[in-house]
Amino acid sequence: MGAGIALVAARAGFATVCFDRSGDGLEKAARQSAGFLDKSVARGKLDSAKRDQVLTSMSQTTRIEDLADCDLVIEAVFEDLAAKRELLGRLDAVCAEDTIFASNTSTLSITEIASGSKRPERAVGMHFCLPAQLMKLIEMSPGILTSDDTFKTAWQWTEACGQTPVKTQDKPGFILNALLVPFNNDAIRAVEAGVAEPADIDRAIKAGLGYKMGPLELIDLIGLDTQVRLCEAFYPITLDPRAATPPLLRRMVAAGLLGRKSGRGFFTYEGNSMFGA
Amino acid sequence: MRYTFVKSKPSRSFPEDDAFFCAQSEPDTAEIVIFSGARFKPDHAKAAILIELLNECLGEHIDDQESTSINVLGFARYRNGHDKPSNLVELVRHANTSEKAVAAAREMFAAAGFEVVVCSDQAGRIIDRLVIPKYNAALRFLDEGLASQADMDLTCKLGLGYPDGPIERVVRGGLANHYHASKALFEAYGTSAFAPPRRASVAYRRDKTRG
Repeated sequence: MGAGIALVAARAGFATVCFDRSGDGLEKAARQSAGFLDKSVARGKLDSAKRDQVLTSMSQTTRIEDLADCDLVIEAVFEDLAAKRELLGRLDAVCAEDTIFASNTSTLSITEIASGSKRPERAVGMHFCLPAQLMKLIEMSPGILTSDDTFKTAWQWTEACGQTPVKTQDKPGFILNALLVPFNNDAIRAVEAGVAEPADIDRAIKAGLGYKMGPLELIDLIGLDTQVRLCEAFYPITLDPRAATPPLLRRMVAAGLLGRKSGRGFFTYEGNSMFGA
Repeated sequence: MRYTFVKSKPSRSFPEDDAFFCAQSEPDTAEIVIFSGARFKPDHAKAAILIELLNECLGEHIDDQESTSINVLGFARYRNGHDKPSNLVELVRHANTSEKAVAAAREMFAAAGFEVVVCSDQAGRIIDRLVIPKYNAALRFLDEGLASQADMDLTCKLGLGYPDGPIERVVRGGLANHYHASKALFEAYGTSAFAPPRRASVAYRRDKTRG
């Protein structure tokens, strides 16, 4: 996800430093970014001069000290509160007093993440959607101590990148996941309750509501194990029964049915083809 | 597949000017009879007997243990409140509905260009069962100040590719209509996710007060 966010920044002309503790991870991300830009050129969406300019704007480092001159640091580490808090503490020691720390968290509290820093007024939520380099939406959330100036500056930065920010409170899942995770669980429970076959559930949602993808096809895409992790992140903090992991989901993950990546979830996949829908 | 309607009031799925309604056959030649509002009569000779459902279950119209019920199905063309009916027909089968009757009903609707799905006889069928809790949550989030209506709708459109946002959809379809649908499912399932949200309850009572 970090690579996609870096592309958004670099494409807008910002000097962008990509930091990862793993050199291999950085190299892989750089290759993916270059590949994405090459495809954009091949499709006529980007000229080659702009591609070169974007690539030149991006640099890679495994040294956190190299972030010292950054005005904005966007963290996209895995969804672990302790890891994010620790990172902000390390950034405190490296970055200038007025550097803004943004978190790309999709489930954790911005206020709790910000408490890892001695300057929580400079921390803000900035949740990009996957794939970040293609999706325009950013959910922007101020923590309890976030200053108006920080929020405004971060908001303006997203607009300067050509993104579309929306403002949400610092609540679990913000808007997107707070609506989506329980909805997807409801679809799984409908299968479990024998309401209809998965294919009919997805077909109904697409034909009746005009959604591009049915909920079960979407869960297959994001991964059934990922859906379990989302439930495990949401339920303890919301105590919303709809956010609790559906028993069928847990059983399918135990059986190795993880969705597209394992070749079978609610539907069966072979290459790019889907069966059962 | 020839079909005919028996109606006692306007159909929510097929209004009088609907092409499917207009294309019905004479009762004597129909292979399928569609009851809309009218009290249904069993007829073993027909390929299928269809009963239009609103928020209720098919089981409220028939005893599915009776042998005369094997060719009976429920159906509803999904419709968001005041919006025009969608192209989706939810066919409702009960425990003893024959495969032959399901196939006949499916063939009839599919031939008319509808998208047909089959579900069991549970409150809310597929769509309402899935979307009402989501719309209720969205309305509750709006009350709690999570975000503005515009930002919530925009998030769903940009982030999930939905053609419309949850709040604009419920408001367009009518909050009072949403109240009725939500209340019916709340009574059926008894879980808080289906409880009518404040805004829908208020809209319903406002309509009632104004007559």
